[in-house]
Amino acid sequence: MLVQGIKSRPEYKGLDIDPHAKRHLFVLEGDGAQALIDQATTKGSEFLTKSEILYLAAGAAPKAYDVTLSALSPDIFWQAPTLQPLLFRLRACLDLARMGTRLYVSGTEGFIGQIMQVGMDYGIDYHSIHTEHRGSTARRVQCVHCKGITDNVTTSPFACTHCSLPLLVRDHYSRRLGAFQGVNIDAEEPGTASAPEEMFP
Amino acid sequence: MTITFRNETFRDDFTFRNSLHNIRRFPFPFDRDEYMYSVNMEPHVRGRQDSVFENLIDVDEHYVAEMHDRALVLKEDPLRCQALSHMMAAQWDTVELLMEHQSQDYPEHFTLEKNDDRWRWINRPMGIDDTFTFGDPSTLRYPPMEYITRQAQGDFCVVDQRDNNLWMDAGMVTTQADWSLDFDIGMNFMEWHGPVPLAHQIGVFDRALKFLLNLQQGRPTRRLNWTMTVNPRLDTSPENYHKWGPDRTTVTPENVGEKMHLRVELQSLWRLPRSNAILFVIRCYLISFNELVTVAKWGRRLPRVLKSLPPEIVDYKGLTRNRPIMLDWLSKYDDGAPTSAGNFPD
Repeated sequence: MLVQGIKSRPEYKGLDIDPHAKRHLFVLEGDGAQALIDQATTKGSEFLTKSEILYLAAGAAPKAYDVTLSALSPDIFWQAPTLQPLLFRLRACLDLARMGTRLYVSGTEGFIGQIMQVGMDYGIDYHSIHTEHRGSTARRVQCVHCKGITDNVTTSPFACTHCSLPLLVRDHYSRRLGAFQGVNIDAEEPGTASAPEEMFP
Repeated sequence: MTITFRNETFRDDFTFRNSLHNIRRFPFPFDRDEYMYSVNMEPHVRGRQDSVFENLIDVDEHYVAEMHDRALVLKEDPLRCQALSHMMAAQWDTVELLMEHQSQDYPEHFTLEKNDDRWRWINRPMGIDDTFTFGDPSTLRYPPMEYITRQAQGDFCVVDQRDNNLWMDAGMVTTQADWSLDFDIGMNFMEWHGPVPLAHQIGVFDRALKFLLNLQQGRPTRRLNWTMTVNPRLDTSPENYHKWGPDRTTVTPENVGEKMHLRVELQSLWRLPRSNAILFVIRCYLISFNELVTVAKWGRRLPRVLKSLPPEIVDYKGLTRNRPIMLDWLSKYDDGAPTSAGNFPD
């Protein structure tokens, strides 16, 4: 479960199939696959004939969700080896997308944030993107000092992968950056940072 | 009245000081002996002579030095000034508002001549004399908001209004109390106030938002906010926290009067005519404890306020480390006598 009550963090309200959409575009990462499988189980499989699924297995590869997803027989199932080609393919899909297309995103928070950034680049109102958090609660964090982004942060403090400063992960999230804010924890007395504690497993 | 502008610094050797005249006009933020968050807004109308409320856009003896410090910050980090693309009309609104107020209230320092949309702007303290076409960004050396806010004291946020909310969609922020425009740009009112403790729970932001959504053109509103800063440093940004954070460990009982500064923000909010956006001016005033206690009423009141603060506010404002030293030093100036109501000196 994600920590509740962070005002600037988006609410991930669930994939919830839109019955009026003409086309469904699912962008899923790792355990996010299960969010769609659950929808297919409870809502019936009719929507799948109008669906395109872009999938990134990431750490969930051993669970072989790709087999389950393609067995759902969507109109298109496509699997990416890493995030970069997935984003490239997503842009191609959105270039060609027509009125009535609904975008769904599920996976870790850092993944959701980056997919939403692309969606917003294409003029999609972020309120209209259906999202569901699945998998680890690791955070994507931007260092407020050097502006470098570190993915999959599970501890606080952690060392910025760009400038090495020990950063406290603030409960403050930017949708535009798709990241939490990291602030130097021992700025007042350098060298006094506490040991990293597993906060976002 | 002609202002004598001081030649001073807000970094390195910190030569910033307030003149005797400027101490008396400092916007002391406490109207009683205790403090808690509230929607402390009032109409932004002209106030008493020789106060910061005399003119609605205040220009004071620190103008030239503050503009120099802003230019230094922007050289280091251009992301302190940003505007989303839909904010161009609001940028021009900002140009008009600031040029009109500065030229009307300080004609000896600023002149605005309008010939239809051909405008001439003279800024004598900064040696600027520019002619440009209002509405055509290519006729200015910077984008319009950046152009004018390089010539106006205070931070500026230009806030768009839509979906019954306010959106931080443009700003010039170089004298901030530990918040990042680059991080917060594009956020709505509740989101950018996310990290503030206590105030959400007591409904302050709900009420403030409702109030601001109904702000009317020609009827600006204002409030005061405050914190403390070690050394007269304007740029206390989170971006540079690792550079100014160590200052907090340099305060001793011997130097606290000189080093510790009360930092007050006079926040004024203005509905803009073309864009329907709101200009949010966050004007920062600094005063050292030594300067502050020369006003007896303030010397009595400040330690009482500092004692009464809830721990969450002490923590959020970054006062935890030095509060005992401040209280020890300030208590000498509290003889226990009652203080008069209101913010102004007796």
